[in-house]
Amino acid sequence: MYQAIVFLPLLGAVLAGLIAIAGAIGRFPGQGPAPGLDDGATDHGAHHHAPSVHGDAGVIHHSHVEAHPHEPAAAGSRLAELITTTLLMISMILSWIAFVDVGFGHHDLRAQVFTWFASGDLKVDWALRIDALTAVMLVVVTTISALVHLYSVGYMEEDPYRPRFFAYLSIFTFFMLMLVTADNLVQMYFGWEGVGLASYLLIGFWYHKPEANAAAIKAFVVNRVGDFGFALGIFALFMLMGAINFETVFAQAPSLLGKTIWFFGWRADALTLICLLLFMGAMGKSAQFLLHTWLPDAMEGPTPVSALIHAATMVTAGVFMVARLSPLFELAPNAQSFVTLIGATTALFAATVGLVQNDIKRVIAYSTCSQLGYMFVAMGVGAYSVGMFHLFTHAFFKALLFLGAGSVIHAMHHEQDMRHMGGLKDRIPYTYTVMIVGTLALTGFPFTAGFYSKDAIIEAAFVGHNPMALYAFVCTVAAALLTSFYSWRLIFKTFHGEPHDRKHWKDAHESPMTMLIPIGLLALGSVLAGQFHPIFTGHGGVEDFFRESFTFAKTNHILDEMHHLPLYFSLLPIGMMAVGFVIAWQFYIRRPDIPVELARQHDFLYRFLLNKWYFDELYDAIFVRPAKWVGRALWKGGDGWLIDGFGPDGVSARVLDVTRNVVRLQTGYLYHYAFAMLIGAAAFITYFMFAVR
Amino acid sequence: MSVGLGHYLSVAAILFTLGIFGIFLNRKNVIIILMSIELILLAVNINLVAFSSHLGDIVGQVYALLVLTVAAAEAAIGLAILVVYFRNRGSIAVEDINLMKG
Repeated sequence: MYQAIVFLPLLGAVLAGLIAIAGAIGRFPGQGPAPGLDDGATDHGAHHHAPSVHGDAGVIHHSHVEAHPHEPAAAGSRLAELITTTLLMISMILSWIAFVDVGFGHHDLRAQVFTWFASGDLKVDWALRIDALTAVMLVVVTTISALVHLYSVGYMEEDPYRPRFFAYLSIFTFFMLMLVTADNLVQMYFGWEGVGLASYLLIGFWYHKPEANAAAIKAFVVNRVGDFGFALGIFALFMLMGAINFETVFAQAPSLLGKTIWFFGWRADALTLICLLLFMGAMGKSAQFLLHTWLPDAMEGPTPVSALIHAATMVTAGVFMVARLSPLFELAPNAQSFVTLIGATTALFAATVGLVQNDIKRVIAYSTCSQLGYMFVAMGVGAYSVGMFHLFTHAFFKALLFLGAGSVIHAMHHEQDMRHMGGLKDRIPYTYTVMIVGTLALTGFPFTAGFYSKDAIIEAAFVGHNPMALYAFVCTVAAALLTSFYSWRLIFKTFHGEPHDRKHWKDAHESPMTMLIPIGLLALGSVLAGQFHPIFTGHGGVEDFFRESFTFAKTNHILDEMHHLPLYFSLLPIGMMAVGFVIAWQFYIRRPDIPVELARQHDFLYRFLLNKWYFDELYDAIFVRPAKWVGRALWKGGDGWLIDGFGPDGVSARVLDVTRNVVRLQTGYLYHYAFAMLIGAAAFITYFMFAVR
Repeated sequence: MSVGLGHYLSVAAILFTLGIFGIFLNRKNVIIILMSIELILLAVNINLVAFSSHLGDIVGQVYALLVLTVAAAEAAIGLAILVVYFRNRGSIAVEDINLMKG
């Protein structure tokens, strides 16, 4: 069954990919890939041409302004959608069964698929490690992915390259599942890089847009920085333990206590260093402070991609990794403090930037960034299950918000700027309703999903024992206020007030059913996901559900301590939420002139936030431009001047010089030739007379 | 004073030298170059006949006749080329003939 969960998306991706290739061959005959691929692919294309024509005819009456020149849809689009979505649905159902079976039935297992490679001491198995932690991730990944697949059927209906899109979505899901079911760090790294690749492909899906390409490259490069640390961490672990499969690593971890290793001439505590390096990977993938710059730019990709990859699943891989490696982190308190520090800083930082952004998707992107910070706070103070709980609930409501925003964008004909929206609640009431649900869940309205998980994190930060816990507590509480403000600001600016663009407002229409059903289901999830709180934060529930998935140090009683907090403590986040709501209401409904006035008065602060704390500019100055200088110097000086100058170009220039002079000998005058001939003859005769005897 | 082999060779050498200088010193006319070549050939002929008579070997005179024929043919072809060239380019001055320049 677990093999099916993991490999069905791969099967879907391969089939959709074949259809995409067949479509490309049909579209550009003679330019297709190698003939070897041809046989199977053309067979597919020919087979399924009819249904695709059928499918397209159904949507013709939608009159949409395309973001790109109109092109006929690739052959077999509908079939590709059908295959991938169906396989994902099956995978989702199996995942929920697995969730119940593993979590409540306690049937953990390790399913060996095959040995990947064995090289010297390094033996890497390809195995699925199924425990409660993995089960939670399986449910999150497959559920969100299946709903996003379904949603994309509607959202992408005018795109001519749907088979490719669905192939990418499915391959992403496969890699993500590979990551969460990994049994060893190398397999995890495989999935980790795979999702990075899929993310790159999907951000750059509309490759004719230069910004999309730039964003895709940026995401890939920034992630490389983090992955470099991750790889170093794995190397260090292997160096010290000679193994990289989790069981051995966790069993041997305590023996590393107190060991030190040299690192860049610095004698570092081995466990702390390893945890910090591994966490660096998490920072990159989860867009944490300092490595967060790629996430907002990644919003150039199609909205379903933002929902699936950049909100619900891939960006939470870092959180999952820390949770998975809890036995290591529990032994390295300094690393935990660092995790808390970064998480708390991100939570607050991203929330402040989210306050002033105007692009509807960017607001949600910064919100995602901020919520990931919350999760890392929980991880840092040792409340792993609480962090996983927020990951679980966040996947629902953030995917909901993104898909809702996608619905708005769809309705507004690809308009993303909130300043051009307004008053949409009468035009698209369904979307409005689900967005309200998502916002309530995000801001932590009582009894919605976010209420349970976010509260738990704030409580965990309060009772946490590491030096950064208090800082984290302050940051998360402040971020809760800001979260509430920017979330309601988004709602008010988009759905309330006067429409700013009459024409678009009039044309706005509710999305097709394939989009409304998934967001409806997600809205349901956003309300109900919180009801899982006993198994994530409950007294005894955590031990019963997660069992060996997490390791808690002997001194770590954080879950107990959380329950001994007074009741009024849980009112604090609710209060923050209410205050945020009231301020947003005051600013954007009652007195829309206040924010304008404020922005004018605090011009510097406003610009500082609008430009995201000038991180892009800073990195541009520190890294990008020096890198370009070095590159240019090596290009012009090293390659152009030195190697070419003295290598091929120099030699060819000398040859040219010689021939140019030789050519000058050839004057064309008859008597010069005759002279040369005579001299030659004379020379020969002289030679034969005197030299040859 | 009897005329001996040396005199013939001297005349031939003088003619040969005249021919060479005729080619180099002449900057005007291609016909003069042709004439100079004829001179050189004549010098060779005189050499051949002189040695033939001196050595009593008839082969030298046979060669001389052969050279004469070739010279006649060469002169005919050379002049024909010059005529055509003049028609085409309107000049047969040596300075103008530099089409073979690299």
